[in-house]
Amino acid sequence: MAEARVSHALVQIGAVLLALLLTTLVLLASKAPPFAAYANIVLGAVGSWEVIANVLVSWVPLLLATAGLLLTFTVGLWNIGIEGQITLGAIFTTWALRVLQASGMNPALIIAVSFLAGIMGGALWAMLAGALKTFGGVNEIFGGLGLNFVATALNLWLIFGPWKRPGVASMSGTVPFDHSLWLPTLTAQSRLSPAALLVAILSIALVYSLIQGTYFGLRLKAVGKNPHAAFLLGVPTWQYMMASFALCGVFAGLAGAVQVTSVYHRLIPSISSGYGYLGLMVAMLVNFRASLAAPVALFFAALNVGSIQLPIVLKLDSSLAGVLQGTLVLFVLFAQGARQRLLKGRSG
Amino acid sequence: MNGELILVGLAGVLTAAAPLLFGVIGETFSERAGVINLSMNGTILLSAMGGFAVALATGSVVLGFLAGAAIGGLVALIVAFASITLRQSQVAVGFVLTLLCRDLSYFLGNPIMGETGPRLGTISLPVLGSLPVAGTLLFRHDIMTFLSFLLTVVAWIFIFRTRPGLKLRGIGERPAAAYVRGANVNLLRYLYTVLGGALAGLAGPIYSLSVKAGWKGTISGLDGIGWIVLAITIFGGWSPFRVALGAYLFSLLQWLGLVLQPALPGIPSQVLQVAPFPLMILTLLLVNIGNAEWVERSLARLPAPVRRAVARALRALNVTPPAALGIPFQKE
Repeated sequence: MAEARVSHALVQIGAVLLALLLTTLVLLASKAPPFAAYANIVLGAVGSWEVIANVLVSWVPLLLATAGLLLTFTVGLWNIGIEGQITLGAIFTTWALRVLQASGMNPALIIAVSFLAGIMGGALWAMLAGALKTFGGVNEIFGGLGLNFVATALNLWLIFGPWKRPGVASMSGTVPFDHSLWLPTLTAQSRLSPAALLVAILSIALVYSLIQGTYFGLRLKAVGKNPHAAFLLGVPTWQYMMASFALCGVFAGLAGAVQVTSVYHRLIPSISSGYGYLGLMVAMLVNFRASLAAPVALFFAALNVGSIQLPIVLKLDSSLAGVLQGTLVLFVLFAQGARQRLLKGRSG
Repeated sequence: MNGELILVGLAGVLTAAAPLLFGVIGETFSERAGVINLSMNGTILLSAMGGFAVALATGSVVLGFLAGAAIGGLVALIVAFASITLRQSQVAVGFVLTLLCRDLSYFLGNPIMGETGPRLGTISLPVLGSLPVAGTLLFRHDIMTFLSFLLTVVAWIFIFRTRPGLKLRGIGERPAAAYVRGANVNLLRYLYTVLGGALAGLAGPIYSLSVKAGWKGTISGLDGIGWIVLAITIFGGWSPFRVALGAYLFSLLQWLGLVLQPALPGIPSQVLQVAPFPLMILTLLLVNIGNAEWVERSLARLPAPVRRAVARALRALNVTPPAALGIPFQKE
């Protein structure tokens, strides 16, 4: 057992080294100085309190998305539609804020209601993908993708149509909300909201205990391992699939609500910022185990924030972060496969 | 709008569908063999960038297309290796490659962004090209559009009318039976996945060297095409003519969105561009709903004539995937 764990760790380290090697080759291929690029990313992620706070700002929605996705992965579903669920969460949040902003209600209460609205938006969009899957036989990947595009269109229509800025509508989004409706942040300049951070940490903890320590989690796992057998044993299969979709939508909706209330203070065209897809990568990298999700999501957030300065300092595209993340997940998948083959070869 | 303009527009629809055709036929080969190559979106972006870069550096459009095919084949080889040899989830590997290739194309393509490079010329077929209506519509295109017409027919004949095609369907439907009859299932799966990837890899340069010439990074307007390709493959029920129909319908809808825009001033252009997607969901629902159990149950309650009519309509629309799609083959 201990030996297996050591070899597992070695394989993972090998995967990380290979990913770094390949990314370095990519850098060399584009005639960029690899060391300077890496140093720039590290500095950009941990070089000052300001950027560290930015990493945490980016960690929150990523962790929320990952938390939700761990639930859908547990029942064996690929919730690619999570991007749209984040967007709908943001749209519903904005909608609630717009309706209530002039009502004279207590701002804290308005924010709370807008979060609830965001949760509903995310959950509804997720259940739509779930219903297409369970009742319509539409593969959740394609239903979800289609719904992502529809969510983007809806978002753009709102920004350029009914919710446009007075005068001229623009890609910069809707009119920012009044300061009283912003989620309180750590310092005046920072966008880091302790409340949002707390919500994200509680969410991943909740998902971890739900999967590891409850009857509900056990049944989710049963459906994920073998839906037919689970059904024969009396697990209401489609209800569990719908429940995992809805719960994932809840966390996605929360991510959208956080983006609106604490990061952008308005609705913008790319409000989901790719956190849903990145969450899928994090979930894959931790091999769908909740215990490692938080640190890995933090690492991915650091890469994203760290690479923001690359275009300015080194004239490199910031997609380098994505290249590093992608090769990392790819080699970890390779390593898992290679390890399974080796172990099987030894036992048989 | 006058007739000539509509004709040119429709000819444009055929041109715009050419890259989609290479994508959907490529994916059809791969999925017929039992392997989902989910990396389409990344494959098309990376081959578009790579094909353009090579054509720009060498001045040769042909080398650009070869580079695109090589990139597509290589990405498909990674999918095949990870799923067939290493037995990892096809969806997982494909999804990672989708994002990885997209980011690679943006990163590596950064220096050549916005440059003007070579592009495909239009060929007017002798005699046919000067026909009144059909000439404009069908016989004055670039070479890849002509090849896309041909590809559809050749793919159909290969899959449904030849022995290797029968074997291809066999390894996707009943790999064990195909194995017993002497087919090297995993080798063939490698082969068709790489072939399919190479075909899809031609889609990229068709964009960057013709349909949307050049490389413009994130605003190239290519992000999302690969997902469409995957959806059309399902819609088309893994049959070349039906997937081709899907590609043309999609291309037609996008053109209509552009044409109708002035008539609908309240709707921003970004919204009309995504109009095909809700329709895509709807068609996927229509072609799949016949497989759902509750539909069968509720059909049974209807009076016989209605039931027969509905069942027939559903069956006509219905598609069933290759039985072993996504399932690794192990000889034991």
